[in-house]
Amino acid sequence: MTGLRYVYAVCRPFGTPLQSQLTGVAGDPPRGLTHHGLVAVVSHVPERDFAEEPLRAHLEDLDWLTETARAHQGVIDALTTVTTPLPLRLGTVFRDDSGVRTMLEAREEDFRRTLDRLEGRVEWGVKVYAESEPQETAQPAPKAASGRDYLRQRRAQTRSHEEMWQKAETFSVTLHEKLSAFAEDSRLHPPQNPALSKASGRNILNAAYLVPRAHSEEFVEMVDRAKGESTGMRVVLTGPWAAYSFAGEEQLTGGEKQ
Amino acid sequence: MTVVEGREVALVDLLDRLLAGGVVITGDITLRIADVDLVRIDLNALISSVNAQVPSPFEELP
Repeated sequence: MTGLRYVYAVCRPFGTPLQSQLTGVAGDPPRGLTHHGLVAVVSHVPERDFAEEPLRAHLEDLDWLTETARAHQGVIDALTTVTTPLPLRLGTVFRDDSGVRTMLEAREEDFRRTLDRLEGRVEWGVKVYAESEPQETAQPAPKAASGRDYLRQRRAQTRSHEEMWQKAETFSVTLHEKLSAFAEDSRLHPPQNPALSKASGRNILNAAYLVPRAHSEEFVEMVDRAKGESTGMRVVLTGPWAAYSFAGEEQLTGGEKQ
Repeated sequence: MTVVEGREVALVDLLDRLLAGGVVITGDITLRIADVDLVRIDLNALISSVNAQVPSPFEELP
């Protein structure tokens, strides 16, 4: 067999076969590679695109990255319908099957522990945006008649900005506290760059919450209630996701690592 | 499946998870691009190439 091995996720063995039309990141259908009672979900990828150098170059190419990310997610999504997958970072590639087996063996304990922790849980994403632009563009400041007027306008503008950020910050902190108290675990992602998200307003909170499937309805209701709570704040819910944001920690016992 | 409110999953939300989440495998046997710093740098280059005209939110006061 030629090509490299792209690994999407590690799971416990699952009885149901994956959809036959499912294609992976390079068009090759993913299959399970079972070793030591764990399954690595793998597909073959060509060396010309997935060896270290070309892969690094491809990551700078938005179209390639989009296609690959969606294909990766497609496989993870399919897995979530049959099991609780432990997703791997995008672009985890091995030379051959034996490399994948060696990895499964080396990380066996971690994988089992994490799979236990994530079993039956999903991830929900919650973002808060402060909608600042509309008011600013709606009423352009009148031309300042003097230097003093100009400074006064600038001060007023700065003050209203500060008040808005303060309000957004307070709203986000309160919401995050409420949601993380309900969720089993939470992660804060860096606020999203508007150039890439094309979303209006400034992204203040970008968080992920780990919630048992059974409690998801209640969680979604909490987020829905927050949507109408404060004017100028936009709350966006995404999910359910596979627990991407909670797959990373191997050393859980010592508490949060800095 | 991962769609709430009737919209397709946004690429940024996906990249938050795929490039910063997921299990990181380290070791000589892999050819992974799993180093967070490396990915961050790549992503920054990517973002600046997407639209150089969109100003950073931190520069809105001239």
